[in-house]
Amino acid sequence: MKVFSIALNTFRENLRDKLLYNLLIFALLMIGSSLILMRLTLGEFHRLILDIGLGSINFFGVLIAIFVGIGLVSKEIERKTIYTIVSKPVARFQFLLGKYLGLCLTLFINTVIMTSGLLAVLYFQDVPIHTVLFKALGMIMLEFMVITAVALLFSTFSSATLSAIFTLAIYVIGHLTPDLKTFGQKMEGAGRTVLEGIYYILPNLDRFNLKGHVTHQLEVPAGDLLMITAYGMAYTAFLLMLASIIFQQRDFR
Amino acid sequence: MEHISNLACEQVIQTDQLRKVFKVGFWGRRVTAVDGVSLEVQRGEVFGFLGPNGAGKTTTIKMLMGLIYPSGGTATLFGHPVGDPSAKAKVGFLPESPYFYDYLTGREFLRFYGHLFGLLGTALDKRIDELLELVGITHARDLQLRKFSKGMLQRVGIAQALINDPELVILDEPMSGLDPIGRKEVRDLILRLKESGKTVMFSSHILHDAELLCDRVAMIMKGKLVACGPVSELIAGDTTHEVEMVIDRLLPEALERIRPLASKVVLQGERVMVVLSSQQAVDLALDVIRSAKAKLVALTPHKASLEDLFIRKATGVHQPVEARV
Repeated sequence: MKVFSIALNTFRENLRDKLLYNLLIFALLMIGSSLILMRLTLGEFHRLILDIGLGSINFFGVLIAIFVGIGLVSKEIERKTIYTIVSKPVARFQFLLGKYLGLCLTLFINTVIMTSGLLAVLYFQDVPIHTVLFKALGMIMLEFMVITAVALLFSTFSSATLSAIFTLAIYVIGHLTPDLKTFGQKMEGAGRTVLEGIYYILPNLDRFNLKGHVTHQLEVPAGDLLMITAYGMAYTAFLLMLASIIFQQRDFR
Repeated sequence: MEHISNLACEQVIQTDQLRKVFKVGFWGRRVTAVDGVSLEVQRGEVFGFLGPNGAGKTTTIKMLMGLIYPSGGTATLFGHPVGDPSAKAKVGFLPESPYFYDYLTGREFLRFYGHLFGLLGTALDKRIDELLELVGITHARDLQLRKFSKGMLQRVGIAQALINDPELVILDEPMSGLDPIGRKEVRDLILRLKESGKTVMFSSHILHDAELLCDRVAMIMKGKLVACGPVSELIAGDTTHEVEMVIDRLLPEALERIRPLASKVVLQGERVMVVLSSQQAVDLALDVIRSAKAKLVALTPHKASLEDLFIRKATGVHQPVEARV
């Protein structure tokens, strides 16, 4: 109940944030722009629309997850609003969980709006819509959840600016982890251990990327989908637990 | 009767040798913000927590509210260790110069805090209307907090502290930043809370407010408690009962007879101002004035105030606060 109230309040806070609308408008413009780009391209229209559409949803969603996510907790501490929450009968982990779920709700609504934009474009251009598109969107949402948890974790112990830098770094590296592994395998001894360690600790965000499957209309086996979902959930739970432990220890000065 | 007196003596807040050491800066230099504070607040009293800026008032209050963890000592609210949810449920808290969720309207804001206590539905709506009325911002209930003035924010802050009808209200600097009217209103509110049987603890560096409101006060300087007790006792312990006399047409030889009695003599043309520090000196001086046919213009007893005590204590505190470890 308390978690739910905090989540709703966070959602309401996000809704009244101008940043969100700017990003959302940009995303919709990007999706719409595929219509213009299409005229400049020879063939492969469908792939282009799907590629730009999914790419926009992913990119702008990640921006929202990072730039709203980093402020979730650090802003509450900076503005001292947290004093009035933690002094009420609310456990600190409930506060964190509420903030997290609130932003996830915002991201979900955003994804639904951006997806509607994409579907409208696809519909008017007579592009066949396959179920794999929705699977890919689900995985994008899962990636948002992991990124939000990363942003939240950094937000519990560092300032908004540092959190943004760290989270962006994790996002970029998270998409390059397969390269890290390959690189590690070519090394010997300590270097290999370190690189492989990083590979296993950092989130493997590329796993959530099914854009190739959508544009090439490849089915994703149910088992794979299940594994990726389990991985995303487990990773998110791990990050939230870590964030709770750090948050529980800290003093609000 | 005995039951009532038992109730009256029940301790709502109790701290024992409460300590907080902060690590500051890159090298983690240790700074003792609160150093062995032991105090008790009894049910039904208004307790003033006084001290200059940076003395450790807010740090102590934050420890009571579970916002920061003590480095040593213990603190309990209603007999529960601080941070215990059952204790928090009975407490209302207004932080120092609070900021609130400014995208919420007054009513949404209070509803959110009500939910945190598990309050719901019409009972909560009724409570919100009562509180908006109590703090006098009913007109602003549908206005976003970003459009509130500072005084209105302080009031809605007090309203959120009272949403759960708490038995204990802790206010950190409730009068700071308010105009004289706002301060009077907060004072009236505190008295009203006391009348309805609540315990109020508030911190302030405005001694006048404390003197008007408090049953007991504690004074903290550089992290240490320097005085604690009923206002009247603390002032009585302070033996500076001075009387100021203003005399006209006092002949020089008469003045010379008064001078040894006075702690201070100021000549202003025809007029003489003397400060006397005992009743005996006052009597003797009056005899001199009468016999010399001088005219007594004014006789003002200087009532000892918390301010005198405060300043005396402030100049008396020399212990080192910062220590490298």
